[in-house]
Amino acid sequence: MARSSDHEANLFSSRARGTLRLLAYLILAATLMVLDHRYHGLPRARAAAAVVVEPVWRLAGLPVRISDLLASAWTTRSNLQADNRNLREQLLLANVRIARMQSEVRQNAELKRLLEAARSLQMRGRLAEVINIALDPFRRRLVLNRGSREGVHVGQVAIDAEGIMGQVVEVLPNTSVVLLITDPSHAIPILDSRTGLRAIAYGTGSTEMLEVPYLSVNANVRIGDHLLSSGLGGRFPAGFPVAVVSRVEVSQSGEFRRVWARPSARINRSNQVLLLRDLADPIGPPAPAAEVGPPVSLASQGSRRSAAKVPR
Amino acid sequence: MSRRTREQLLFYGSLALALLLMLVPLPQALEPIKPWWPALVLIYWTIEDADHVGLGFAFGFGLLADLLTGVMFGDQALRLLVIVFISLRFRARLRFFPMYQQSAAVGVLLLNDALLRTVIRALAGLPLPSAASWLAPILGALLWPFLFLLLDSLRARLRDTSP
Repeated sequence: MARSSDHEANLFSSRARGTLRLLAYLILAATLMVLDHRYHGLPRARAAAAVVVEPVWRLAGLPVRISDLLASAWTTRSNLQADNRNLREQLLLANVRIARMQSEVRQNAELKRLLEAARSLQMRGRLAEVINIALDPFRRRLVLNRGSREGVHVGQVAIDAEGIMGQVVEVLPNTSVVLLITDPSHAIPILDSRTGLRAIAYGTGSTEMLEVPYLSVNANVRIGDHLLSSGLGGRFPAGFPVAVVSRVEVSQSGEFRRVWARPSARINRSNQVLLLRDLADPIGPPAPAAEVGPPVSLASQGSRRSAAKVPR
Repeated sequence: MSRRTREQLLFYGSLALALLLMLVPLPQALEPIKPWWPALVLIYWTIEDADHVGLGFAFGFGLLADLLTGVMFGDQALRLLVIVFISLRFRARLRFFPMYQQSAAVGVLLLNDALLRTVIRALAGLPLPSAASWLAPILGALLWPFLFLLLDSLRARLRDTSP
């Protein structure tokens, strides 16, 4: 009897100890969450653990990569020929368009010089491939196969042939994470190309939809309007296609007009992404006044980067 | 290779595979209902081999998962902690449940977790899971018997071939 009660006591105390340990760990986890939420510790922890994280990402991206390879190996000759023909036609059309544009660009440059507002819009970029993995089903992010070793840095804009896709929010040595414009926490300043109306488009979390809430009821927006990036804020370059308006409705209170738009970029299907180098002269509000203090040349390298806030 | 090392290999291998499966993308429509593989595999090892899995292990494993997916540091750690704590408490009963009851129990565990996830995300102001994601626990419960039998037969095979 004594033994059994002894056993029970042990059982009970081990239970109590288990609960205490659970509480300790719960508090630890909650502290970590608060720290991460406040001070964005996760990107830093990831950068520190890049040796582990990057190979796992690449490994997890392999199945889709292999299935892509198999799919391309199985495509028939006639398909390839058709593809080839289509691409040639597109290339021809694009070349003709560029040739036509070039004269306009020259005119534009001259006009701008006349206005003394010439901006050196250098469009240089770097191709990066998408590593196909799912980080979080309720956010829209992409992992790319280029990182800080290739000169990628936070804030760079990612585009594909059709339009803007998003911006780089996290950089590891050999990979980087792009926040897509469809992520619920993302917003991009836009311009209706038909009317010049300026607004802000928010991501919805659905891959195929952006939302422009709170336009005034008499705002002139129609289905099929092209929304371009307006360049305000200086993060995104101006004049890139962002989305096409697909639905316009009046809010229930009747005070606002709410617009839904389909992203121009092939956000789901692009395997390659162009990362733009920062524009030489971003269009937007003037840079904040220089701080009073010792000369900038004495400042450390790292402190320059924290100039702009990046959404997570 | 001794039996011990082979069992260790299966233990760590299955957990690593679960982390990889978590990252492998599904078609867009299925993405929200993707079962939470790390939790399923961890529940199995909690029930079958409690010497390896304790609260500390669950916490560390969760942090690793957080590092890979990166919603918020500590999010998966906390959720796995709760799951492992509950399954350790009811381990003796869970082990001898018939399969359908075990599945149901796993489903309830995952449902509880989905609730916890929604609360954490709401508190942190992160985008909330979609309505479809509430089906994920059900899918997890349906997949449980297959996972259980697979891991069980692998372990049995290791035991049989050992000298």
